[in-house]
Amino acid sequence: MDEVFKALADASRRSLLDRLHARGGQTLNELCEGLAMTRQAVTKHLVILEAAHLVTAYKHGREKLHYLNPVPIHQIGERWIRKFERGKLAALSELKRQLEKRDE
Amino acid sequence: MSKPEFVYVTYIETTPEKLWEALTNSDFTERYWFGMRLRSDWKAGSTFKMVRSDGTVSDAGKIVEVDRPRRLAYTFINLSEKYKDELPALATFVIEPYGKLVKLTLTHEGFAEGSPFYSGISKGWPAILSSLKSLLETGQPLEIPRAALKFEN
Repeated sequence: MDEVFKALADASRRSLLDRLHARGGQTLNELCEGLAMTRQAVTKHLVILEAAHLVTAYKHGREKLHYLNPVPIHQIGERWIRKFERGKLAALSELKRQLEKRDE
Repeated sequence: MSKPEFVYVTYIETTPEKLWEALTNSDFTERYWFGMRLRSDWKAGSTFKMVRSDGTVSDAGKIVEVDRPRRLAYTFINLSEKYKDELPALATFVIEPYGKLVKLTLTHEGFAEGSPFYSGISKGWPAILSSLKSLLETGQPLEIPRAALKFEN
């Protein structure tokens, strides 16, 4: 679990996860497109994300595709967010969403 | 060959045989799969059904590949009205032992462009796989209410 938190404690790595959440199954080239990071930096971040099992590399023909693997994040959520708190938290996040929408 | 829409991985402290049992025994699946009993004779070409606790069938498909305890693949689609125009997508479970751990890789592929079934599936699998891991490692599933995931049915 330490590895997951370490991997998540970096804005560049979180943005890579966001990109994979938006579109799963990207090659390294696709992931690098439009990013301010060098290819080497992206590769380095992917190694850390893969070690934490947050990203899965999947061989598809000759390509190596990257997928977001949300299972470890789900396990973190389950460890501290018990079932009885879920309803309250859902209500709170909905309230936050509604209030923030009004400011737009 | 199109690429899979989802690839999920989890490492579970168990044996391939126990994991296979957990994936195919309906008494087991009922405990971690939102109360669903998976019904099949687990032979290639056979029918596959997900049965709710009230006995109604929620999802149905066909068994595509069975190689106990290493590889299991089946197609399924939810039978509710809103998915009636969709074809069943293919879920493949690959089980690999790594010392004391077993790596479970789940790929899911063959969804139509903009498929509503796809968005439902993306909420379901992480919860099912986390609960499966918890059940095998601690004897207790995670109790995740369906409503928490905002499923509509």
